[in-house]
Amino acid sequence: MSAAAGIAEAAPGTGPGQRALRRFCRHRLALGGLAMVLLLVLACGLGPYLVPYGPLHIDLGVRFSAPFLGPHLFGTDQLGRDLLVRLLMAGRVSLTIGFAAMLISTAAGTLIGAVAGYFGGSVGAALMRFVDAVLCFPQIFLLLALAAFITPTLASITLVIAATAWMEVARVVEAEMKSLRERDFALAAEVLGASDFHIIFRELLPNAVAPIVVAATLNVARAILLEAYVSFLGYGIQPPTPSWGNMLNNAQEYLVTAPWLAIFPGVMIALAVSGFNFVGDGLRDALDPRLERS
Amino acid sequence: MTAAEPVLQVDGLRVRFASDAGAVAAVNGISFALDRGETLALVGESGSGKSVTSLAVMRLLPPPPVCEVGGRISLAEAEGGVRDLLALPEEAMCRVRGDRVSMIFQEPMTSLNPVLPVGEQIAEAIRFHRAASRRVALAAATDLLERVGIPEPRKRLGSYAHHLSGGQRQRVMIAMALACNPEVLIADEPTTALDVTVQAQILELLRRLQQETGMAVIFITHNLGVVAEIADRVLVMYAGRAVEEAEVATLFRRPLMPYTAGLLASVPRLPEAGCKGREGVRFAAIPGTVPDPLALPSGCSFHPRCVHAKPGLCDSEVPDLEDAGPGHRVRCRRWRAIDGS
Amino acid sequence: MTPPGTALLEVEGLRKWFPLGSGPFARLGETLKAVDDVSFRMRAGEVLGLVGESGSGKTTLGRTVLRLTEPSGGSIRFAGREITHLSRRALRPIRQKMQLVFQDPFASLNPRMTIGRILAAPLIIHRPELSGREREARVAEALALVGLSPGHAARYPHEFSGGQRQRVGIARALMLRPDFLVADEPVSALDVSIQAQVVNLLLELRERLGLAMLFITHDLAVVAHISDRIAVMYLGRLVELAPAAALFGTPRHPYTEALLAAAPVPDPARRGARILLQGDLPSPTDPPSGCAFRSRCRYAQAACAEAVPMLREVRPGHFSACIREELALGLPR
Repeated sequence: MSAAAGIAEAAPGTGPGQRALRRFCRHRLALGGLAMVLLLVLACGLGPYLVPYGPLHIDLGVRFSAPFLGPHLFGTDQLGRDLLVRLLMAGRVSLTIGFAAMLISTAAGTLIGAVAGYFGGSVGAALMRFVDAVLCFPQIFLLLALAAFITPTLASITLVIAATAWMEVARVVEAEMKSLRERDFALAAEVLGASDFHIIFRELLPNAVAPIVVAATLNVARAILLEAYVSFLGYGIQPPTPSWGNMLNNAQEYLVTAPWLAIFPGVMIALAVSGFNFVGDGLRDALDPRLERS
Repeated sequence: MTAAEPVLQVDGLRVRFASDAGAVAAVNGISFALDRGETLALVGESGSGKSVTSLAVMRLLPPPPVCEVGGRISLAEAEGGVRDLLALPEEAMCRVRGDRVSMIFQEPMTSLNPVLPVGEQIAEAIRFHRAASRRVALAAATDLLERVGIPEPRKRLGSYAHHLSGGQRQRVMIAMALACNPEVLIADEPTTALDVTVQAQILELLRRLQQETGMAVIFITHNLGVVAEIADRVLVMYAGRAVEEAEVATLFRRPLMPYTAGLLASVPRLPEAGCKGREGVRFAAIPGTVPDPLALPSGCSFHPRCVHAKPGLCDSEVPDLEDAGPGHRVRCRRWRAIDGS
Repeated sequence: MTPPGTALLEVEGLRKWFPLGSGPFARLGETLKAVDDVSFRMRAGEVLGLVGESGSGKTTLGRTVLRLTEPSGGSIRFAGREITHLSRRALRPIRQKMQLVFQDPFASLNPRMTIGRILAAPLIIHRPELSGREREARVAEALALVGLSPGHAARYPHEFSGGQRQRVGIARALMLRPDFLVADEPVSALDVSIQAQVVNLLLELRERLGLAMLFITHDLAVVAHISDRIAVMYLGRLVELAPAAALFGTPRHPYTEALLAAAPVPDPARRGARILLQGDLPSPTDPPSGCAFRSRCRYAQAACAEAVPMLREVRPGHFSACIREELALGLPR
């Protein structure tokens, strides 16, 4: 066909993902955040094997040894347990809860938001009013109220945190789906006779990945913070299993005599939370749909 | 037409935009002169640089480093001599913009303030350039609305943009642009968003207003039918360069640049009365696509799409704009051969 | 495939009214009659041009015919089968036979999918028995059909120009080998030099595949050359329906005449005096009584306000909805 002549071969390797990646790599804070997160994950994953003490190993001979001054790099607590290995083990707990809660809340939020946004009408309105109702409770009270009814285990704490964190994702996805549903390509899929399932999951949701990823990343940070919060208040992970929150709780009594017991877990929480938040911000900028056009 | 001195002269205008993938030359050395009372049509497709040219004249492009503008844009002064708009400080340019040179856009809805009544907006434009009381300015706005053919202009002063139809909004925009009797009106695709029946009204209006005021008009469009209706002279642009310039009658009768000829041939025309309807005829299409401004072809930018292109000749150097007759310039190495055939 | 000449699409008294507002604050009884009492038939392989200005309801008509919006009344028969009230599930097999080409080639392709996946989607939905390789072959075939190369399948929409994307949109519509295509302003978002390419492509496909096409546009000149018959729409109603040559040669409705007169003529020698239609399109929520065009019509009489004029056959095959049948209309040329 003559019309084919002169149709230029476009340069390959310029999918939307690659361009977003390039923008992300130019975002210094985000790269810093990513480095922090990776460092934490690696340290918590491998670190405990490298430290010659167990997290529950009690050695009353070295109680309250100060950090950087002896065989215990980060010092020890009131029972002579090595603080470093406890911090890293606590990190495993916190990160696990953070990621698991993020996965559950994102999946639930996406599903509810997608259904509400795509179908709209009374179904959508009912679902979104439910979201609004849950959002009406201050998150901390909701969390504590739920936590008061359960036996605290890793799984139950994760579920409780997820149960208080899915609404944000649901709202984001609902808004996204509402506008995507009106786009021509959604109509095009309908013209082809596609099922609702196909339209939602194959056509529309991939276009909402960006805001979902951003919300999910920020959700990890929030879940870590919430876990620290409930554990600090004694409703979360129970000692002797370490978590950053219950380590802080434990450190209260010794704030003056052994301040490192509070400082190190505090720093870990700050590192993890800000790391994920930086990555989230970077993703938000990199995936900004306004930059996606043209 | 009347005065010998052109009211606006553009010399070697260049506009470059910085982008992620390198600098893009949106306008690459455009020159033209605009006489008083004349309508010059800038014709081109997307990416030809026609709108950027007009924004450069209005000094409405973003400042460096995003965008760099070079060349000269000379506006004739009343007392003789010229003023280079590109060299004016921003405050002085504000005095020129909307007063001596005005502009109307394709989408009047986005150019009007949605929370101000249109009368206020016109009056504001007048008061910015002329010492006038609000009352005098509003009275002037009423006159203007009447001149652009808005029924019941006094009532319409209090209307908001969303109360008006597309055609009426464009009339309001025109009234605003005419508020200070500009010497030059730049109309950037003013009828593209309008229906044909309304487009015909707006073209008629512009023609009438031009006769009344003697202003010069730069009319930017991609529609050659509209060009035939309104232009005195035409400048055809392709990929940031002027490729042909001529009187409108000459251009339609004897297009020399193959691109111009292709554009003219691809315009859909209403059939003559008495024809047989669908005849299975094909439209004369220009093959290929408009070039990517980041990867312009070597030599003549049009040569990959040109049926007359000769390897070794057309793809080596950018051709010069040559004189091909009175007031007729063309940028093609082979125009003599093509014209003869 | 339906044999040429037989009725493929029969639309009777089709209505699409949109209630304005909803809930307790709805303005009682106010409706927007986007499509009001429209009837026409199309034969297999026929091209019907549908012309109207913005707000005329032409896009709504196209989508209602495809059952993308629920009709408020009337009936649609496709290939002899009543489809007006079919459920979505029952409609699915029929969807393969009627397809849509969109106006905006940027919005109608999913930006997250490669061209190959976009074109494979119809096959995945309707022909799940095809193997991956067969699907690929069909995609390559479709790309070739619209003048693209099979290598383009791995690319994303944003890598293509508007004209190329429109080719992809056409290829998608043709994947299931439909009998009927609604082309909704398929070229009006494209550059002039590209418009001709895409119109030519549609014409060629129509000849090769025997497609019937409802070609919706605001540009009379475009449909003039490709349509067998042309329907003119004004404020939700058909005002004239005639073979293309008759419509241009001897228009019978004043609105058609005005449209013809308003189209810019690409010939500076013919510039000058012309009949201009006054005013703008009236608000579609509050159209004039009787003939909706009377407020802008230079031939309007008192009688025009009384009843809505019906589309009547004024000459064999030529329908017009104007009570002043005696008018001698035409273009001053």
